[in-house]
Amino acid sequence: MEAGIVSYGAYVPRYRITPAEIGKVWGVDGAGMGAGLNVHRKSVPAPDEDTITISTEALRVALVRGAIDPQEIGALYVGSESHPYAVKPTATVVAQAVGATPNLTAADFEFACKAGTAAIQVCLGLVESKMVKYGVAIGSDTSQGAPGDALEYSASAGGAAFVMGREHVIASVKRTLSYTTDTPDFWRREGQRYPSHSGRFTGEPAYFRHVSECARRMMEAVSSTPRDYRHIVFHQPNGKFPQRVGKQLGFTDEQMKYGLVTPYIGNTYSGAALIGLANVLDHAKPGERILVVGYGSGAGSDAFDLETTQEIATFDRSFGAPVSDFLENGVEIPYAVYAKFRGKIRMEGD
Amino acid sequence: MSIARFWRETGRRYNLGASRCTVCKTVYFPPRSVCPSCAQHRRSLGKLTPLQLSGEGEVVTFSIIHDAAEGFEVQVPYVLAIVRTKEGPQLTGQVVDIDPKEVRIGLKVHATFRKLREEGKAGVIHYGYKFSPTTGPDDGPGRPGRSEPVAATATAEAGPVRA
Repeated sequence: MEAGIVSYGAYVPRYRITPAEIGKVWGVDGAGMGAGLNVHRKSVPAPDEDTITISTEALRVALVRGAIDPQEIGALYVGSESHPYAVKPTATVVAQAVGATPNLTAADFEFACKAGTAAIQVCLGLVESKMVKYGVAIGSDTSQGAPGDALEYSASAGGAAFVMGREHVIASVKRTLSYTTDTPDFWRREGQRYPSHSGRFTGEPAYFRHVSECARRMMEAVSSTPRDYRHIVFHQPNGKFPQRVGKQLGFTDEQMKYGLVTPYIGNTYSGAALIGLANVLDHAKPGERILVVGYGSGAGSDAFDLETTQEIATFDRSFGAPVSDFLENGVEIPYAVYAKFRGKIRMEGD
Repeated sequence: MSIARFWRETGRRYNLGASRCTVCKTVYFPPRSVCPSCAQHRRSLGKLTPLQLSGEGEVVTFSIIHDAAEGFEVQVPYVLAIVRTKEGPQLTGQVVDIDPKEVRIGLKVHATFRKLREEGKAGVIHYGYKFSPTTGPDDGPGRPGRSEPVAATATAEAGPVRA
């Protein structure tokens, strides 16, 4: 049996804000901005939610769905660019909260939006080498854009957890490879509250080059063509980029039907491609091939060639909400409440 | 709260770690090492076993807080409730992800993992359980009832309760 995904879970906070509402505050055509980005709403975390709570909720769902004893988790990695502490791991709190401590290795990953896919690759290595029975990879974020910046229209919150193993695999990983360069398209310096980006430079030399090169190299490596895949999932900083890169590579909108979630919840950064993959797995049937290509600024892409197994036909998804619930539901809030929830209002003592 | 004290309590705050007397079946949260319900307390020594509460329960009573405790200012108005868990113990906790006007006695809830408080901007962050509605008129996404324990520890059969 090839190693792969044994179980998964996703979590997106309850609150939503629309680009139109954000645009009203900054004197911008927010609705037009949202239409241009193909982002209709974005999720907003409650004041008591952060990357640790989102990761924990997603992993708890994954463990129940897969009937996995948390004491059999040998490695747990959380990929995020919004870890609550600069020094003190997110992963240790999550591990303790699901009952996986103390006999495991745990660490936090950071690679802009692809830290979660990097965590999957590491878990895969540990699982295939039989160093651990289960490896947990989580991609989760509560990222922010500076007030009024273009990022504010898409930066949202959410995450997904994947349990990697060798037994009862619902989607086997046929191949993974990466494409990495030093490309300064997006960054956040130590101590800075909001990230900076290089505007249009984030497009062609950054996102498009890395995602398309990584996808092409993967298809070369496994001798596949776009038609061989039932589903594709690209990193989705907005709803427009993945559609465009998909067309450039020869994929259809139908192949992206479940993998594109950003238009409904915004860009969940490290969670984005992984929540898209979770949505695909919510709908997938046995024997379907999936191509996942993550992207992280800085910059790099990780690609995965997956195929669902017979196990997915009997996989019990009844516990936890399907991703479609997060896409369709939510409570919209005005900008003032959003600003309060996200700590954009200076309080006494701040 | 001191860091050490909170750290000692992470088992119950993170995972709803409780205990059950194997003599009289009483479930305790927080966990106890001696059962005060047994007629002869000494009989229960060494007979209390750890278990994890499922997190499922219903609101017994509640209060809507408008005058916030320190650190909760941005959450006003928020709901503080006493929740009777499926296993019996009654827990005090915040009910989140619901319009306070929708909270009612008997509301089905389940435990959710949230930030409880922060020791200022530079201090530690405390995490633990709160409650979220399982069903309701204003259902947000992702709010199922938890039908199984999270960790592979024993669940309690319903028995007499001392919370």
